[in-house]
Amino acid sequence: MTLSLLARAIRAAGLAIFFAFVAIPLLLHSAYLATVGIFIGIHAIVAVGLGLLMGYAGQVSLGHAAFYGLGAYSSAILTTRLGLSPLPAMVAGTAITAIIALILGTPTLRLHGHYLAMFTLAFGIIIQTIFNQAERLTRGTSGIVGIPPFSIGPLRFDTVPKAYLLVLAVLALSIFAVRNLVNSRPGRALRALHESEVAASVCGVDVPRAKLEVFVLSAILASVAGSLYAHFVNYVSPVPFGFGFSVQLLVMVVVGGAGSVWGPLAGAALFTVLSQFLQKTGERIAFVGTTDTILFGMVLVAVVIFLQKGLVSLPSRLRGEATPAEDSGI
Amino acid sequence: MTLADQLLQYLITGFSVGIVYGLVGLGITIVFNATGIINFAQGEFVMLGGMAAAALAANGAPLWLAVILAVAATTLVALAMERLTIYQLRGASVITLIIATIGASLVLQGGAKLLWGPDAVTFPPFSGDTPIRIGGGGIAPQRLWVMGLATLSVVAVQLFFRFTLTGKAIRACAINRRAARLSGISADRMVRLSFAVSAALAALGGTVLTPVTLMQYAQGTHYTLTGFLASVLGGLGNGLGAVLGGVTIGMIESFSSGFISSGYSKAIALVVALIVLWWRPQGLLGRRQLQ
Repeated sequence: MTLSLLARAIRAAGLAIFFAFVAIPLLLHSAYLATVGIFIGIHAIVAVGLGLLMGYAGQVSLGHAAFYGLGAYSSAILTTRLGLSPLPAMVAGTAITAIIALILGTPTLRLHGHYLAMFTLAFGIIIQTIFNQAERLTRGTSGIVGIPPFSIGPLRFDTVPKAYLLVLAVLALSIFAVRNLVNSRPGRALRALHESEVAASVCGVDVPRAKLEVFVLSAILASVAGSLYAHFVNYVSPVPFGFGFSVQLLVMVVVGGAGSVWGPLAGAALFTVLSQFLQKTGERIAFVGTTDTILFGMVLVAVVIFLQKGLVSLPSRLRGEATPAEDSGI
Repeated sequence: MTLADQLLQYLITGFSVGIVYGLVGLGITIVFNATGIINFAQGEFVMLGGMAAAALAANGAPLWLAVILAVAATTLVALAMERLTIYQLRGASVITLIIATIGASLVLQGGAKLLWGPDAVTFPPFSGDTPIRIGGGGIAPQRLWVMGLATLSVVAVQLFFRFTLTGKAIRACAINRRAARLSGISADRMVRLSFAVSAALAALGGTVLTPVTLMQYAQGTHYTLTGFLASVLGGLGNGLGAVLGGVTIGMIESFSSGFISSGYSKAIALVVALIVLWWRPQGLLGRRQLQ
């Protein structure tokens, strides 16, 4: 078997696994598997956006959980307090998040170096603090309950299989949008600026503007995913929207491979499955339950060491091609 | 308590917390200068120092011994971490290394939880806990220990880098790694040394602060994030700046906790830090970079 055949086999296997993932929960009528699938999908939506930011615009965000949380809390507050129906609430929430991303990104993306990383880190902490403290708006640590399931007009996504299909649809749309962006002229401009900001700007690419657009787009995707999360779990609290989740997103993108559209999706799937697996095993085997953080950390370090360029590039690396983002996504 | 007394209280609280942020920031700066990466496990060294000292004290060790052993143990852990992660990833990109340090921090956190449980731990203050009366208020004597020992460490480290051969060797690696190696300096050894020094600093900060604030397995992250922001605020790469940045953040936290809201104090400190950085991107003590 030549290497190229092996590479193609891996790619085909990957696609098969992907479709299996999508179909199995529905075929087996398993609410549990579909729930895992929903979380994979939601995480993937955020991860794809973050991957775009990191792999193509070469920027790191250490606070993306904040945009996710903003989407979730906006949907929660607008539907439970103001009685808006979910779709307009999501649109409004996304608009709010986009504006905030614009405000945050405009001064920072003009600076060189890793200022965005630092600003997003601080921003994430500030937003989570606000979620915790602004009790009149967010009910603080108790959180907001009674969020209705997502609905578009008379179509309600109130069962697990329906929610799963909804998440898949949104994920497909996101991937489609990102793919189009990547293969279009603005997309090529982005890839140019990732390679060299100076060269790109010499060719006429408006570097700060391109970076800002990607940043805002990644924030929008995170916000949409957050809204979906809120409508699925029917409850939000500040806990899932902190640095921990931002790190998890980072891991999904880097492990899956930031330089492609499918990479972050694979990373999200792997990560979600792994943490679910550790959790379930931990419930049965006490030793795993207490060591799950350690195991996860070790797996993370191991993966990073052995697969520096992420999983999705494995077929092309076997073929001997250069990966789109040569240095691990940044 | 008069306003003056209150201000003094906030000043001392702010400085004692801020100097520990500064120690973490200094450690981050040392590692950054030697390797170019941000060690996201730095705060875990603070946590390990404090919790190890508490465990040793609980098992009957005299405090001075507990502190020394805790700092030594944490330094060893840091060296192990360096060998298993940073060294394995020589030449990898910055983000890869940062992810590796994040993975390491998870292992350390999980390890601490496994060894010492999920609850906060502490040990008795070095010189008792009768507050020293100043004006109308009192200061916990341990805070004075924190301020004193931390300031001493900062001075010692600065002297080390400026006047000892090894210190200068580390600085040489930071300026130009290849040139340093050509001069006969082992860059790998200097990296390891940088890790050790920064971990020792963090662990010392953790041990002296624990009697005041207690220490729990999950607290490391807070110190990492604040330490990182302190070092950027001070001017990334400038150790003294990191300490200054840490103290600044600690002071703002303390004063806003007292006068505005204790819940929002962290966020307020961050907002102020961001504003300063936006107005002066090179940080408080950094040099303006050529565009």
